[in-house]
Amino acid sequence: MNPQDPIPKVVKVSYFRLTLAALASGLVNAFNTNKTSWVGLGLFLFICLMALLAPTIAPHDPLDQNIFDRLQGPSAKYWMGTDAYGRDILSRILYGSQISLIIGLVSISTALVIGTIIGLVAGYVGGKTDIIVMQVMDVLLAFPSLILGLIVVAMLGPSISNLIIAISLTAIPPFARIARAPTIVVKEREFIEAGRALGYSNLRLMGGHILPNILPEVLVMGFLWLATAIRVEASLAFIGLGVSPPTATWGGMIREGFENILDSFWLAFFPSIAILSVVFALNLLGDGLRDAIDPRLKGET
Amino acid sequence: MSGFVLKRLGFAVITLIAVLTIVFFIVRILPGDPAMVILGDQASQQSIDLLRKRLGLDRPMIVQYFDFMSGVAIGDWGVSMVSGRPVISEVLKVLPATLELTFAALILGAVIGVPLGVWAAISRNTIVDYLLRLASLLGLSSPAFVSAVLLLFAFAIYLPWFPVISSGRGTSLGARMNDLALPAINLGLIMAAYITRVARSAMLEVLGQDYVRTAKAKGISFFAIIVRHCLRNTMIPVVTVVGLYLGILIGNSVLTEIVFNRPGLGRLIVGALFQRDYTMLQGMMVIYTLLVVVVNLLTDLTYGLIDPRIKYS
Repeated sequence: MNPQDPIPKVVKVSYFRLTLAALASGLVNAFNTNKTSWVGLGLFLFICLMALLAPTIAPHDPLDQNIFDRLQGPSAKYWMGTDAYGRDILSRILYGSQISLIIGLVSISTALVIGTIIGLVAGYVGGKTDIIVMQVMDVLLAFPSLILGLIVVAMLGPSISNLIIAISLTAIPPFARIARAPTIVVKEREFIEAGRALGYSNLRLMGGHILPNILPEVLVMGFLWLATAIRVEASLAFIGLGVSPPTATWGGMIREGFENILDSFWLAFFPSIAILSVVFALNLLGDGLRDAIDPRLKGET
Repeated sequence: MSGFVLKRLGFAVITLIAVLTIVFFIVRILPGDPAMVILGDQASQQSIDLLRKRLGLDRPMIVQYFDFMSGVAIGDWGVSMVSGRPVISEVLKVLPATLELTFAALILGAVIGVPLGVWAAISRNTIVDYLLRLASLLGLSSPAFVSAVLLLFAFAIYLPWFPVISSGRGTSLGARMNDLALPAINLGLIMAAYITRVARSAMLEVLGQDYVRTAKAKGISFFAIIVRHCLRNTMIPVVTVVGLYLGILIGNSVLTEIVFNRPGLGRLIVGALFQRDYTMLQGMMVIYTLLVVVVNLLTDLTYGLIDPRIKYS
C-alpha cells in the first residue's frame, strides 16, 4: 500500500445484527432437522397466546367467588368446574398461565444472561479462574434446585420477584457450564487469533466474536430450562411457597384441589394437565433443537 | 485403588466445605431478616433484637460462619427452635424413610428404564422407538406432585389397592412394602424416564462400535451381543446420569412425601419452613449437601466396578 493512498474506510459491522442473522438461520435449520420441535413450538405459542388473551377469553373473573356454585363438576356454564370458593377453574387456569410464564421467562432470561457471562469469561480467561469458577458452578449444580429455591423463597417471602430471584439463582450454573464448553474451543480458532493480532480488546473478542458462536447452544438450553423453571415454580406453589392466594397459580390450584381430591377430582386434574402440556411442549421444542444442533447428543437428556 | 479413594475423599470434603460456604452466604446475603421472618410483621424491634441475639445473628458474619462450620464438623447442628430437640437427631429419625424411598425408586427406575432404553435403541426410528421417546419425555416433563396426585387418584382412591396415607411406620415387611409401593412407583417412573433416554443413546453409540460388528460376524446370537457385549458399556453413562440427577430425585422425593403424607426429609423441611424453624432449615441444608457429596463420590467409585479399564489414579 502506498503511503499516498487514502486510508481504506473501516466497514462498521453491527455485531448485534450479525448475531441475530446467524441465529435466525441456525434456528430455522434446526427446526427443519427435527420436525417435532415445530410441534413443541406450536403448542408453546398456543399456550402463550392463551395467557395473553386471558382477560378477553376467560369466561369468568378468576377471583370471582360464587358461593352457590361451589365445587361444581364440569358443565356448560363452568367448562372445567368450580373450586371450593365457587371460582371458575378454566378462568383460573388461563390467568395462572400468565404467572407461570412470566416467572419462567424472566428468571430464565436473567439466569441465561448472568450464566453465559460467567461461563464465557471463565472459559476465555482460563487458568485458575476458570477452574475455581467452574468448580463452584458444578457444586451448585449438584445441589437440588428445588431445595435451594425453597430455602431462598422461605427467607425472602413468596412474591413474584422473589420467586424469580430464587429460580434464576438455581439456573445460573447450567448456563455457565453450557457457555464455557464451546468458548474454550472457539477461543483457539484462527479468527480470534486474528482479532487479537489486530489489537481487539478482550471484551470485543468475547462479545463480538465468541458470543455469536455459542449463542445457539445457550438458547436451546434456555428452552429446556424454561421447562424446568415452570416446573419448579409450580412445585414451590404446590408446597405453599407460590405467589400468595387468591392469585391463581397452577401449583397453588393443585394444592387446593388436592384437599378435595376424594370428591372433586377436576380441581387438581385440569391444572395438572396444564402444567404437563406447557412443560412437555418446551421439552419437545428444546430437545428437538438440541438434537439438530448437536447430533452426537441425540436423545440424551 | 486406596490412593484414589483417599484422593476422592479429600476432594469430597473440599466440595462439602465449598457448598456449605456458598449456601451459608447465599442465605445471609439475600435481603430478609430471619428474626423478622420468624416473628412476623407485628413484632416489636425489641423482640426482634432479642431473637437476633439468641440466634447469634448480631455477631459478625465471619464469626457466624466459623461457628456454623465447626458445628457441622462435630455434629452439633443446633437445636430445633420448635421442638427443642437437637436438629441432628430429628434428621436421623426420618432419614431412613427417605433413603428407603429413594433406593426403591432408583432400583425401579433402573429395572424399567434400562430395558426400555435398550429396546428403543435396537428398534431405532421405528414406531416403538418413537413412542418410547415420547413417553420418556412426557415422564420427565411431569412434576413429581402432578404424577403423584394422578397415581393417588387412580390406585388409592378410584381403585383402592394402596393406602392413601403411607405412614412408613409399618412393622411387618408386607405393610412396609404396601406403604412404599405408590410413592416408590411415582419416583421410580420419573427416574425410569430419565434412564430410558440415557440408556437409549448410550446403547446406540455402543451398537455402532467395531466389536459389535465383529461379534455379529462371528455369528453370536443377537441376545448375547446385547447382554454380554453392549449392556455393560452402556452402564457408565447411566450411572453418571443417575448421579447427576440426584438433585432432581431429591426434589421429587420432597414432593412425593408431601402428596403421600409420608414421613421423611421432605416433610421435615416443609414443616420447618412453615414453623419458621431457622436452625432446622440450616440443618436440612447440611444433610442435603452431605447426601449430594456422598452420592457423587459413590458414582465415581462405581465406574471402576463397571469398567475395569478405568484405572483409579
